[in-house]
Amino acid sequence: MASLIIQRIGAATSFDTNNNFDRRSLSGRKSGFLVVRSDGAKITTGLKPIGSRTHHLVTNAVATKPGNSAASTASKSGHEILLFDALREGLEEEMDRDARVCVMGEDVGHYGGSYKVTKGLAPKYGDLRVLDTPIAENAFTGMGIGAAMTGLRPIIEGMNMGFLLLAFNQISNNCGMLHYTSGGQFKIPVVIRGPGGVGRQLGAEHSQRLESYFQSIPGIQMVACSTPYNAKGLMKAAIRSDNPVILFEHVLLYNLKETIPDEEYVLNLEEAEMVRPGQHVTILTYSRMRYHVMQAAKTLVNKGYDPEVIDIRSLKPFDLHMIGNSVKKTHRVLIVEECMRTGGIGASLTAAINENFQDYLDAPIVCLSSQDVPTPYAGTLEEWTVVQPPQIVAAVEQLCK
Amino acid sequence: MAFARRSFKPISTTTSFFRRRLLTTTTDDITVETSVPFTGHNCEPPSRSVSTNPKELLSFFTDMALMRRMEIAADSLYKSKLIRGFCHLYDGQEAVCVGMEAAITKKDCIITAYRDHCIFLGRGGTLLESFAELMGRQAGCSKGKGGSMHFYKKDACFFGGHGIVGAQVPLGCGLAFAQKFRKEDHVTFAMYGDGAANQGQLFEALNMAALWDLPAILVCENNHYGMGTAEWRAAKSPAYYKRGDYVPGLKVDGMDAFAVKQACKFAKEHALKNGPIILEMDTYRYHGHSMSDPGSTYRTRDEISGVRQERDPIERIRKLILAHDLATEKELKDIEKQARKEVDEAIAQAKESPMPEESELFTNVYRKGLGVESFGTDRKELRATLP
Repeated sequence: MASLIIQRIGAATSFDTNNNFDRRSLSGRKSGFLVVRSDGAKITTGLKPIGSRTHHLVTNAVATKPGNSAASTASKSGHEILLFDALREGLEEEMDRDARVCVMGEDVGHYGGSYKVTKGLAPKYGDLRVLDTPIAENAFTGMGIGAAMTGLRPIIEGMNMGFLLLAFNQISNNCGMLHYTSGGQFKIPVVIRGPGGVGRQLGAEHSQRLESYFQSIPGIQMVACSTPYNAKGLMKAAIRSDNPVILFEHVLLYNLKETIPDEEYVLNLEEAEMVRPGQHVTILTYSRMRYHVMQAAKTLVNKGYDPEVIDIRSLKPFDLHMIGNSVKKTHRVLIVEECMRTGGIGASLTAAINENFQDYLDAPIVCLSSQDVPTPYAGTLEEWTVVQPPQIVAAVEQLCK
Repeated sequence: MAFARRSFKPISTTTSFFRRRLLTTTTDDITVETSVPFTGHNCEPPSRSVSTNPKELLSFFTDMALMRRMEIAADSLYKSKLIRGFCHLYDGQEAVCVGMEAAITKKDCIITAYRDHCIFLGRGGTLLESFAELMGRQAGCSKGKGGSMHFYKKDACFFGGHGIVGAQVPLGCGLAFAQKFRKEDHVTFAMYGDGAANQGQLFEALNMAALWDLPAILVCENNHYGMGTAEWRAAKSPAYYKRGDYVPGLKVDGMDAFAVKQACKFAKEHALKNGPIILEMDTYRYHGHSMSDPGSTYRTRDEISGVRQERDPIERIRKLILAHDLATEKELKDIEKQARKEVDEAIAQAKESPMPEESELFTNVYRKGLGVESFGTDRKELRATLP
């Protein structure tokens, strides 16, 4: 299946997405849906798989700008949407589909959500299905998990990921471990979501990256969305999954705009996304750093390098399939993440790649992460805490020497 | 009779003798007075008179005798190192569990902390499942992967079995939330101890339950010691039934199975109409906090034997049965012997059950996802496997 390369011409805003990937799309049927793997294999999965019907592949459901696509097949109609709205769309579609799905969190109901992800849902579904909780993270996370034990499918929103530290006990012990310690009797189909990451001078306590703290918890899955397209797809997949999923959003990415397909699609929770195929170096990244990497990629292309950029999306488990194939091709790895250096996602990924693909590496893996400091308030200091595009360019040049 | 004995070969000569007797007296109602009147907080306490019948009285005795025997047997199994880790025993507190079961159905949910062996039995779990789980065998209720603190029985709405003090109370409110969401006519009993009563998440959960009128009944099993610290040293206000403030509470003699039954019935009616209520069960545990605690460094042996003599729940029922002439001393002793026999048989059977297979290490970590199975960073697998 030929991969489509959609070049962005005359980039105006720095946050437009630059997506090059094979299409994954599926039909919206209630009982089953089609998942298309990047190697073209078609699998019909779903909760109640009735006989499968082949559906034609939609090879470019996403265009970066309307009328700008170089696609050969007819471009399907899509609609432009902001990321928080894409999350809301995914949420609404799943709530329509399954009456057991409910949302709980602070300010999700009448206020409409502090980042407008749940706007309009409370008037539509009622106060019990879109529940405004008091400011008691430990207890309402526990409540969501208890409800999930009986078969409901709650989505627990942390207004900021950092607040979920208060619910760590519930997430680690009850959410992650109950399926195991009960010998498989109970499943916990919760989605725990919220924005995290370094914002614009929000201060140390509101700029935390919790993916590194949660990654060791057995029994949970973690995904990080970065574009409206994958935000909606991952939200839907997370809700449909029978496992507890933590969906990491980023405070600064909520207003990204993109055109997404009109028809229903669900993405694979455990799969990474090929953002830009290349030959010289594999750059692994996720969430906001994807955009810093793509910015650096522009500079690198001008300098003659051909980086392969992969948005790993699935933070636990890693998509070692795509990552491995990429390492086999380029032999050089650069990891760019927003986590702290110590014990972060990059650290685990470095270890995983070293263990599994040692033979394919021509150079040691370079991992660019945030500094191991509480995020300062001052703007300049905050800029220096996270990885910036010039550092990425320098790292690639060093790596490819 | 006893629901915990389903899986065993029944009918010894003594039980058939009971059957004959019961047929003649089973329809007669007996009224029993609770030992002390109830104390209410923001509510009208129910009456002291509880109606029961000979069948129920004998079933209370049989069940409590079985539970007591199970816990004592677990004690000796622990000392012979067949049970490892933490083992929290419930002997002395059996009346709470048995009285509660008599007032509710199997569709009402119960969730508790780590002192869960007898509650599991009360919900319909078998002795084999309990002992096998305690010894970490395959036949255990959680396939040997949970242990003493993680007994669960989904089909009887028993949600465990939790190791972290107080964490089960928000879960219990979640169960009540689901019951309200589905508009079910059932309630949730979220049990915790006097030590957990000082946890913040309890008050958070109580606030939410009261806010949304969830059918949650918070049951504080006050055995007066939170691990190794007496309640008066840990709590400024040991009147746990009053701690709900706007939520009504009831103080109940937890060593009297009929008081517990009456209170739970009252609480269930209340919760279905008006939202949460707190029940404080004044009870006592003979063992220490767990098997690693002798239980005598923070309380005197006189106190323990004093409670055993004055308030033992099984003795109370025995006296009631004898007073109402429902069985002779010998018959009751025979019931206890039968319990001992069943426990010994279950232990023998559990000992034969094998340890879990190695492959069980990796099962039940996740449920199958959307068709793709891939592995974490610790597994040396390159590709995702597709179904």
